[in-house]
Amino acid sequence: MSGINANIGISIVVSAILYGTPLLFAGLGELFAERSGILNLGVEGMMLMGAVCAFWTSQKMDGPSWLVLIVAVLVGALAGAVMSLIHAFLSITLRANQIVSGLTLTIFAGIIGLSSYLGVVGNLGAQAGRHQFSDINVFGLKDAPVVGPILFHESPLVYLSWLFVILSLLYLYRTRPGLHLRAVGESPQAADAMGVNVIRYRYLHTLLGGALAGVGGAMFTLQIATNWINGLTAGAGWIAIALVIFAFWRPDLLLVGAYLFGAFLGLGYDLQARGITSIPTEFWSALPFLMTIVALVAASTGSVRRRLGAPAALGLPYAREEG
Amino acid sequence: MTDTAPAAASPALAARSVTKRFRGVVANDRVDFEVAAGEVHALLGENGAGKTTLCNVLTGLYRPEEGYVEIGGKAVRMHSPHDAHEAGIFMVHQQFRLVQSLSVAENVVLGWTRHGGTWFAPRRVEPEVAALAEQYGMDVAPQAKIWQLSVGEQQRVEILKALYRGARILIMDEPTSVLTPQEVDQLVATLRAMARSGSAVVFISHKLPEVLAVSDRITVLRSGRTVGTVDTAATSAEALAHMMVGRDVVFGDHAAAHHAGGEVVLKLEGLCAENDMGTPALVDVGLDVHAGEILGIAGVAGNGQRELAEVIAGERPRTGGSVTIAGKSQQGRPWEAIDTGLGYVPEDRMGVGVAPGLSITDNLRLKNYRRGGTILRNKKATEEAEELIRRFDIVARGPRTLARELSGGNLQKLIVARELSSGAKVLVVSSPTRGLDVGATESVRTLLADSARRGVAVVLISEDLDEIFELADRIAVLYRGRVTGVLNRGEADVDRIGLMMAGEVAA
Repeated sequence: MSGINANIGISIVVSAILYGTPLLFAGLGELFAERSGILNLGVEGMMLMGAVCAFWTSQKMDGPSWLVLIVAVLVGALAGAVMSLIHAFLSITLRANQIVSGLTLTIFAGIIGLSSYLGVVGNLGAQAGRHQFSDINVFGLKDAPVVGPILFHESPLVYLSWLFVILSLLYLYRTRPGLHLRAVGESPQAADAMGVNVIRYRYLHTLLGGALAGVGGAMFTLQIATNWINGLTAGAGWIAIALVIFAFWRPDLLLVGAYLFGAFLGLGYDLQARGITSIPTEFWSALPFLMTIVALVAASTGSVRRRLGAPAALGLPYAREEG
Repeated sequence: MTDTAPAAASPALAARSVTKRFRGVVANDRVDFEVAAGEVHALLGENGAGKTTLCNVLTGLYRPEEGYVEIGGKAVRMHSPHDAHEAGIFMVHQQFRLVQSLSVAENVVLGWTRHGGTWFAPRRVEPEVAALAEQYGMDVAPQAKIWQLSVGEQQRVEILKALYRGARILIMDEPTSVLTPQEVDQLVATLRAMARSGSAVVFISHKLPEVLAVSDRITVLRSGRTVGTVDTAATSAEALAHMMVGRDVVFGDHAAAHHAGGEVVLKLEGLCAENDMGTPALVDVGLDVHAGEILGIAGVAGNGQRELAEVIAGERPRTGGSVTIAGKSQQGRPWEAIDTGLGYVPEDRMGVGVAPGLSITDNLRLKNYRRGGTILRNKKATEEAEELIRRFDIVARGPRTLARELSGGNLQKLIVARELSSGAKVLVVSSPTRGLDVGATESVRTLLADSARRGVAVVLISEDLDEIFELADRIAVLYRGRVTGVLNRGEADVDRIGLMMAGEVAA
């Protein structure tokens, strides 16, 4: 009996990591953008663009599977970055309202927009995926008790995301560019006065955010679903934005939060597969969105946001004062 | 101290016949100024005399239309503050440019890439910053976050930023306005230490006593022009005042003659309130203000003064305690406070005090809108406005003049006139003379002293200690939202008040 319980526990963790990883990628990206002071609500749109462009690439490209997958992920990242460039130009250079600009991006690229169009034009919806990531058996330890399936038998994308979390922590707290990034998001005036190029930092980190959202989207078509359906990220981009808030803008907490939300997303499918339906699966799937609403309301309330530790200049355009 | 004549060598930094205009207004008119290495040079002048403009030219923020800036004897063209930093010129602005959530050390090294490379190790940087602070006698913990620091400590971080970058020339813009008297002493010691080590320090101020105390030489600006440069040892407050305003200034004596001991017309009990950030700004404030007295509220800026004024005026909700005006307990509504006899002169006179786009007449009757019918009686209002313009000596073309066309001093007189003319029993004034010239300051102070003499209870909230000592019968000190003590003028001196401003509770 306890063996079965342990198995359920492990499978919940495994699916939490699987569903949580796209959230982690997109969340890290949004974290970087927000740390520079740019709130990008276009994550969902950028993920969908990453998903469709990565899948397109993997279907059309010939070559060894590993190469195709790497190129596909890079194309997905590029697609997300290009989308975020629109937001960067509108909100940094033209100093448009970031909320409006971000929402516009999600609508433009989203389920009734560009990503949908590309999928239909490429006739992607009818195709089964030709390539997908498979789990790596690291050090041959996949059958080790408990930790084996969790730590040593994961997708390359999962390992990549762990690497990114570590790099993010080092970058933010142990490098000068990371220090400058934090300063730009807190007080662009102070950073500018000390010679930090505020505009460049904001552009670079908004683009980085777009690229990571694209990778998150690519994971849906290259690993989770292994095919393309219109709007297949199903709100993951919004969860990612909420996660950044729940994680107090810290990469380490973001990892925990992503897996927690991933667990809720995965739990529904998992329980359904085991025929446990005492609580409707929709409840589990809906839970992250309920929490997303709470987080977004909290984030839009100025005083609450401040107390959570949001970058002080988040959402505010910066223009140097001129004489 | 050796009396070296610093003018012999070429000056560390100089402005040569600098002219700078803004939309036709000449802010600097052929200004000459020079500061030598090893001296503290005060730049003295009234508000609007062109001090800040000159410094913005010297630090590369503005480009002069005529004339040029010289560094170490060589003419230079600077295109941004960054160019000035490269040349070792740094300015500490009145508004600090610090990142609140970062530590002292992080703020100090921010943007500095000359050495240290890509990696940032707090444990390596913090001792460097601590050593630098120690060297110049500054007391500040490198690992503390900026938001935890007092304003005086934050100012030290700004100075450290400049020193860390190897500043040879430091410009301080009105540095003492946010400090307690003891912090001023500490700042002066630091600036003197910098000068001793061969740096040049420019000290901008409009306060005569501190300029005399800190500087080696003084350059006076008036209406955008250089009046002259004098050796501090060879001048006096009277001579400087004459240079500043271009005529002799008679400083009036507003003291005494208030009949203190009248009935209590404003009573605050256990007052608590929050600031805009939602953190406590006032904690258990209790004060009695009597008819006919001026109660001065002293304190370093940002210790709850603004919140106190707003709570009394009913503009900010209180979280506890009570406000009683003329015996009537207040629920906390602006109109209620007005009806029971409160006059309020807010800190932000253009934004809150008046409607800038309306005429004097309209601004004067803004407060009476609840009395007397729906139809405006323009003729009567105009006559009343003319009467007040005459009585309060407001310089304006006439009652139709728009509020925004008035000078700062006349605008302030207009507001005081309006608040007093409605028969106020209590008058709350916030920084009433900030930004006013010497003449206007005198007449506003006279107005306040007169109203106290006529039985109004005046609450004077001011960061200018001189003003409080000049006007107040009693002085209450605010520190972090608490009243650290209330002293009669007779028992108060600058040292005692200064300690209370730093949080020491009066015995």
